[in-house]
Amino acid sequence: MDQRAELSPERPLALIARSGSKRWISAADVKAKEAGIRVGMPAAKAQAMVHGLQFADADPAADAEALERIALWALSQYSPIVAVDGADGIVVDTEGADHLQGGELAMLTGIVNRFRARGLTVRAAIADTWGAAHACARATRREAVIIPPGETARAVERLPISHLRLSAEIVTSLRTLGFKTIGELSATARAPLALRFGPEIGRRIDQMFGRISEPIDPIRAPEWIEVVRTFAEPIGAAETIDKYVGRLIVRLVAELQRKGLGARRTDLIVEKVDGSRQAIRAGTAKPARDVAWLTKLFRDRTEKIEPGFGIEKLTLIAVMTEPLGEEQRSSLADEQDQDITPLIDTFGNRGQRVYRIAPVASDVPERSIRRIAAAAPDVTEAWVHHWPRPVRLLARPELIDVVALLPDHPPVSVTWRGKRRRVKRADGPERIFGEWWTRSSEFDAVRDYFVIEDEAGERLWIFRAGDGVDAATGSHRWFCHGIFA
Amino acid sequence: MMTAARDRVISDLRDRIALLEGNAGRKSGCLAFGVPEIDAALPRGGLAHGAVHEFAGGGAGVVDGAAAALFAAGIAARTRGKIVWCLTRPDLFFPALAQAGLHPDRVVFVEADGQEDVLASMEEALAFGGLGAVVGEIVRLPMVASRRLQLAAEKTGTMGLVVRRWRRQVEASDFGQPTASTTRWRLSVLPSEALPVPGVGRPRWLLELIRVKAGECAEFIVGACDATGHIHLSAGSADRADQADGSESRIIA
Repeated sequence: MDQRAELSPERPLALIARSGSKRWISAADVKAKEAGIRVGMPAAKAQAMVHGLQFADADPAADAEALERIALWALSQYSPIVAVDGADGIVVDTEGADHLQGGELAMLTGIVNRFRARGLTVRAAIADTWGAAHACARATRREAVIIPPGETARAVERLPISHLRLSAEIVTSLRTLGFKTIGELSATARAPLALRFGPEIGRRIDQMFGRISEPIDPIRAPEWIEVVRTFAEPIGAAETIDKYVGRLIVRLVAELQRKGLGARRTDLIVEKVDGSRQAIRAGTAKPARDVAWLTKLFRDRTEKIEPGFGIEKLTLIAVMTEPLGEEQRSSLADEQDQDITPLIDTFGNRGQRVYRIAPVASDVPERSIRRIAAAAPDVTEAWVHHWPRPVRLLARPELIDVVALLPDHPPVSVTWRGKRRRVKRADGPERIFGEWWTRSSEFDAVRDYFVIEDEAGERLWIFRAGDGVDAATGSHRWFCHGIFA
Repeated sequence: MMTAARDRVISDLRDRIALLEGNAGRKSGCLAFGVPEIDAALPRGGLAHGAVHEFAGGGAGVVDGAAAALFAAGIAARTRGKIVWCLTRPDLFFPALAQAGLHPDRVVFVEADGQEDVLASMEEALAFGGLGAVVGEIVRLPMVASRRLQLAAEKTGTMGLVVRRWRRQVEASDFGQPTASTTRWRLSVLPSEALPVPGVGRPRWLLELIRVKAGECAEFIVGACDATGHIHLSAGSADRADQADGSESRIIA
């Protein structure tokens, strides 16, 4: 029976899990929850409560598989250390990865938006510890929460104990004893709790508050190319680390060569004696299989490794690879421009925005440029302007006061940023029409651009919104939009 | 006869000094402006490759740096190879640079959040080698930083172009501080060249050579970059009476 064909988005939906003859609700959508369905409720009861409730069988194996796919995706996109967290979440160590995405907030909203674009609901939280992030993500109604460093205790004290990652029996018994929030539980003496429930409660609370470490064991895909070096005696000196990273790169490149691949993203995972992990990621704009190039990218960052008590294992993984054929280099071709992709990678891995500007066929100045990837193929077209264009374009046009004759005379004087200038010379108008195919509100819109020059020789690019006759074409207010050299 | 002998002695001495300075092994050459008067003011007849050159605006150009940026773009356009342009404020309007002969495919922008990052990016790009020029828009250029840039440029023979640009007009006194740049220039906008009809003619700049190693300061009135990035010497002064005549004699470079 194909259940999916019959499911309609208008009616509430619940998933049923079964074990033996017992059937219960394992998940419910928003509509079903509004109608009073709760997770864990017997299926028969739910059916009786809500009219027109749709059912589908839960498929935990497929869920786990999908979650693993999401985890691998997050690993390729955001950070080298990602793991599946329970049955319904993933955990990502974002330390040292957020600056590449423009900061924590930008990264988190980016993640949320990507899920939303696929029609998925997501809850995301960033906190100091795995435990705190786990609890905050599940307790909140907001899509994205960021707990500032050091605020963990305040953020989690009011959350229910069910988010402490304890077994269901312990949570039920704790509830029976009257514990509701994590704050209450953490303020209680440990000894009686440990006597009754074992060490689990204390361990989870300590993990949440960061008193004991909880390293994330990163997920791995079998097809990744991985080289490992384990040390009998922990290493710590910067030169030693550099030396072994260099050797790992040589091995990785040999392996890539054998398979005809080039690495787009390479992770170095450093495992230390105390069980903590640190990861360094190097991305390249083109598939790379060059020892010197990769060494340069890692050498740049190995100083960020904190060896602590010593490093016992180095792992180098090519997380993203692309086919890369052999290339013949010609000694005659040194007239050509040098390939600057390694330089682009160096900047990109430092978190700087590297891009090129490409023309867009649009008369509206702010739309006539777009940013493209720095390593993108060459764009042959160029701007076709017969009129001069200013060197600096203001982020948004600034309102100016002018004295001008309508409809098509340049202004006699202009006041911009509090400075009044008499216009000595002017060129224009250059009329630019709104692009009604972009926005319907621009159907009639017109801008008349003038180049003006004042007594001192300063040249500005100003425009009037509207053609000076018809009020439908614009407000007839004047703006400064750019500065000429 | 005497003069020929003297010239030989002088050029011999120049070579020995260059050897002492440590950059003689690299015949980086230089990029001539194509304007004899300006090239004559520069020791090797042009802007040296493998050196850092600094451009600042005058007047309102202190803040917007428009003329300095276009001048740098014109120089970059006349080099060969890719250009790396490091900046923090992305308000550059590329169509204007394209009008100075710089093709968009040649320029890679590196946008950083802080001044230190711009300096680091510039140094990295200069040390990379094989680029046509590296341009950086920089507020503060301490002696140490400029020395590092200069050394990186000398090592690879890449030309470094620093566009100085301050947040406020009053901060421009910072340009008085010494730096290790090989040449330092200031560009101020002047009223454009006169046209026989009403309108804005070719923009003109007052180009001041403030410092040059082994050379004399000078100032020129030039017409702004043409479609190939060349400037030309503009006749007459900035005097308005002179413009009214519309003097046509000029040297096209």
